[in-house]
Parts: sequence; C-alpha cells; structure tokens
Amino acid sequence: MSEAPLLSVRGLGKTFRRRGRGFLAPAVEVRAVEGVSFDIAKGETLGLVGESGCGKTTTGRMVVRLLEPSTGSILFDGVEISALAGKALRALRRDLQIVFQDPMSSLNPRMTAGELITEPLVVHGVGDRVARDKRLRQLLGLVGLLPHHAARFPHEFSGGQRQRIGIARALALSPRFLVLDEAVSALDVSIQAQILNLLEDLRSELSLTYLFISHDLGVIRHICDRVAVMYLGEIVEIATRSALFATPRHPYTQALLASIPEVGEGKRRFQPVTGDVPSASNPPPGCRFNTRCPHVFERCRAERPPLVEVAPGHAAACHLLTPSATTSTGSLQA
Amino acid sequence: MDAASAGDKTPLLDIAGLSVAFAGMTVVDRVTLTLDDGEVLGIVGESGSGKSVTAQATMGLLPDVARVTADRLNLMGEPLLGAGEKRLQRLRGAAMSMIFQEPMTALNPVLTIGRQIGETLLRHGAVTAGQARARSADLLSRVGIPSPREKLDEYPHQLSGGMRQRVMIAMAIACHPRLLFADEPTTALDVTIQAQILELLRELQQEYRMGIVLISHDLGVVSSFADRVAVMYAGRIVEDAPAASLFARPAHPYTRGLLASRPSASHDTPRLQAIPGTVPPPFDLPSGCRFRTRCALAQPACAQLDPPRLQVGPTHGAACLTPLAEAAA
Repeated sequence: MSEAPLLSVRGLGKTFRRRGRGFLAPAVEVRAVEGVSFDIAKGETLGLVGESGCGKTTTGRMVVRLLEPSTGSILFDGVEISALAGKALRALRRDLQIVFQDPMSSLNPRMTAGELITEPLVVHGVGDRVARDKRLRQLLGLVGLLPHHAARFPHEFSGGQRQRIGIARALALSPRFLVLDEAVSALDVSIQAQILNLLEDLRSELSLTYLFISHDLGVIRHICDRVAVMYLGEIVEIATRSALFATPRHPYTQALLASIPEVGEGKRRFQPVTGDVPSASNPPPGCRFNTRCPHVFERCRAERPPLVEVAPGHAAACHLLTPSATTSTGSLQA
Repeated sequence: MDAASAGDKTPLLDIAGLSVAFAGMTVVDRVTLTLDDGEVLGIVGESGSGKSVTAQATMGLLPDVARVTADRLNLMGEPLLGAGEKRLQRLRGAAMSMIFQEPMTALNPVLTIGRQIGETLLRHGAVTAGQARARSADLLSRVGIPSPREKLDEYPHQLSGGMRQRVMIAMAIACHPRLLFADEPTTALDVTIQAQILELLRELQQEYRMGIVLISHDLGVVSSFADRVAVMYAGRIVEDAPAASLFARPAHPYTRGLLASRPSASHDTPRLQAIPGTVPPPFDLPSGCRFRTRCALAQPACAQLDPPRLQVGPTHGAACLTPLAEAAA
C-alpha cells in the first residue's frame, strides 16, 4: 500500500445511550464500537467479520455516514468526512453507497424496480428523464435484470433478484466505494453464489472498492483481500485473507475458525469456546474476550491488549502476542 | 429401497410416499425416508424445498387445510396418519418432539421458563408440580444453563439466543423422546454458539440414543452432524446417501451444484459455480425432473418423465436419469 488508501479510518467509536431498566433509572451507555482503525486501498475488498453485536454493522454505517461517529476520523480519498453535513454530505453520498441485507425491508414496496433504481438520480438531480431511462437500462443490464423488470414491484421478485435491485440502486450514482452489509446473508446458497459472482464482476468492471460485512467466514474468505475480525466493538485481528485463515493469531479468530462446520470433514466434534458474548453495555475489563478465552491469564482481566503487528500487515490484540509488558492502551487512537 | 423389509427390526421412523398439498399445490411430493434408533438423518435443501413441511406433517403439526397422504407414515411401527389428535398429543413430547430455528417465536413469551418445561412434564408424566420443578432445573443444568434454579423464574426474553435454544432443547428432551426433529436449530445463532448447540445435541443424542432428523440449509452443519443425508429440491428427495458418500461423490446435478456454489472457509474457492435461475414455485413446476430448468446436463428426456431413484451405490440413490458417472465408482 504505497498509494494513499481510498478510505482511512482512525479511532472510530460509537456510543449509544439507551434508557435504563426501570423508572428513573439512569441512561445506560453502550459502546457499540471503540477505537476501530483500518485502511482500504483503492480496488481492495476489506472484510469485517464477527458475531452479532460485535459492531460491524455500526462501523459500516458510520463509514457511509448513516450514523454519526462519536469519536475518530474517517478520511475518504484524503478528505475528512466524519463531520460533513448538508450539501457536502450529499455530494459524498455519490461516492459512498451501501447495500443492505434484506432487500424486502430496504426497498419501498410501493415503488417499481425502475423507480427504486433511478430514485438516487432524481434525488441528486442527475440527468433528465431520457438520460435517466438510459441509465436505468444500463444498470438493469449491469446487475443481470431484464428491461421489462423495471415496471415490476419488489414483491414480484425473488430474493436474489431483489438484491440485484438493491445493488443497481446503490450503483446508480456511479459510486467509488460500496459498503455491503450482510448483502448475501439472507439468500439461499445457489443464489448467494450468483450474487457473489455479480459483486466480483462489478468490482473489476467498475473499479469498485468494498467494505464487505458478513458473519459468514466462507463468504469472507471467498471475496475479501484483507479481513478484520471484530469482537464486542473492537478489531481484535486484521490481516490479509491468506494470513488470517492460514495463521490466525488471536484466540477469538482461532475459535471462530474452529467452530465452522465444513463439508467433507465427516462427523466431527467441536471444542467450542464456552459462554455467551458479554453485553456491550457491560463489557468485561481488560481484554473483552477474557470471559471466553481458553488461554486467559491474569493480565487479560486487568489490561486491555493493544493491537500489535505480529507480521507485516498482520496485527492482533492479545497479551499472548505481547509478552513484555508495555503500554497497553491508546495505541489504536489516532 | 424398502428399508422395512431389509431387516427384521422396525425402523424408528418409516415414511413412504408422503405427499403434502396446500390448496391443490403439492409442496412435498412422494417423499420416502427411514430412520433407525440413534441415527441422525440430515435433510438439506433451500427455502421452499419442503424439508420443514415433511417434519411438520410427521409431527401432525400442519393446519387442517394441508392435505397429507402417504403409503406409510409410521413411528416405531405405529401409523401416525390415521391417528387421532388425542393420540398425536400423547406422542408429541413423549415419543417425538421438535426444536425450531427461532426459540423466541416457539417459546411462550409470557410464561416463565420453569412453567414451560414443567408443562411438558406434567402433561406426560405422573409428577407433582414440585417434582416437575426439580426435574426442570435438572434439565436446564443438563443443557448447560448456568444457575438453573434462578432461570426457572425468568422469561424467554431475558435469555440470549443460544440460551433460549438450550431451553427449547430442554423442553424437547424432557420426556426422553425417541425421535427429535431439529429444524434449522442453529441457523439464527452465531457460529461459536452454533458449535456449542451442535455439541450439546450430539451429547444428548448419544446419551438418550435418540434418532434425530436435522433439517438445515447449511451443508457444513449437516456434513458434520449427520449419518445419512437426503437432499430435497422443490418438494422431492433428489438424492439420499450416507453423509460421507454424498459429500465425496454427489450424484445428482443439484447436489453437485449446491456444493460448488458454497464458498468454503477452510480453503480458497475460485469463482463459484452458481446454479443459474431460481427454484420454481409450487404452482409453476416444470414437467418431468423439477431441476431440469436449471440443470446444465438436462436432456429432452428429462422433460418427459419423473426421474426414478436410481441406485448409484449400495445405499446411495439419486433421482436423475443420468446420475453423474463418477458417483457410481
């Protein structure tokens, strides 16, 4: 990565406040994301993987500015976008788009596919009716839909086709960067493969850069160049795809990979990590994985492990990897 | 094919020619399956393949509008099809039970955990309320729920998804059923929790020698858990085989397509071989082989007749006119 990254996130954090349980109970702070930093080079796909509640979706939404970050900075093509508002934010949306998991709930059921796909053009005042119609036909072809599909409503499509509409809509303004938030998770495997292939084709044809959010490590391994693993709001490991899957360094990443049932391994036993993910409103002190980690030792319960480089381009946040006691906080903050 | 005549022992579950139709639309078409005591049968298929309806028909859980027909639908030799609702209620819970994908919708949100488990025990066993409570706590502890006595007085929403699934499993095994239907039991769970639940099911299965029918869209889950596998497509079983044989030598083009479209987490996959098109809806099924509209190997004959189950190995069958050759090896 000699070139400046297209997207550069430093110390990103999001704190939600929610009402306490019970009358007059004080508000509870939930740190959904804390100290998240990563770069994505132009044309690259970074995967964000983790279990429910790990903050991957919140991170994705902050990147496209659907959520206001509480802390940290987001540089897109060298421009700080974490505080953009009004006109400037709208202009940014042309470049940064998002595709959601469930197209049935993210597409207005009373609009036709054609209206849905061209809506971003209308909102941004791009082209006249003729130009937009031309662009619509182009987009339909791009995502593998037929011209006559434009007049149909979302419920008339299958799940896979609806996701194609969602993708066409995200591509309408010719963005440079797409956040794909569990974009193939609701689909059956044969359809999921179609959409993954489509996303790969679009990436190379349109020189797109992806932040690919998924809980499915198979999908992540297939489509990503680099992968960041999140746990309870933090990145615990980040590496190239091949390094992460071949030599996972963080015990959580190792646990994740060991938990995946694979085809062709035959009947097998699992040695699952025990326990549930702790609540984000009351995370354990020290390493957040310490309540489930098979290698936990005293220091893990007291000190937060910093994300340290264990090999070029491969970093993990675990005390096992930093035997000498050094400064252990703040290294993620910009 | 006819497992009942193959040996002298009665299979735990013996289904032959099971069909289910809703409003004239056949969603399960002549399904034949058997399951022995202590055996795990995996049923894989995509949404709408009829795998859940097959289980619900066996449990007698389908609404009255469903038309269920079968040549045979026997649990431990006892016909279920003509059995009255009263008898089915006795069998459900005691002889066969079921766990579902989303425990939040299967558990009653306004009853405590203890009450819900206790209900099953009170219904089927001659126990007092006090005994039921003690036994419920034992069950919760058996399925790995910490501080079980306190949890008895909690409500489903107070538990995590994994814990709720454990509660549902505790309810399902409360009366030591011989047969457990597990319908996508881990689909809503995170992968580390899924591993915990699969491990728990495996332990219980061995402890109680239950037969389990595991329904899943996840080929990995089925491969790691099942002894035998049936693959369903558009209401029909298209392939059935011992798990090892099915995953090593898939004979039906659909099974092969499913495997080739699945990205793996354990090795790099080149471009995925997606199956073109979508599953046809039950009101618009093609003639002959139902997969032929998406099959790269389809021939004119595939439109003419329903492919019969061809034997491609001693206990491996595929409903395809030209099952893939290597499979026979």
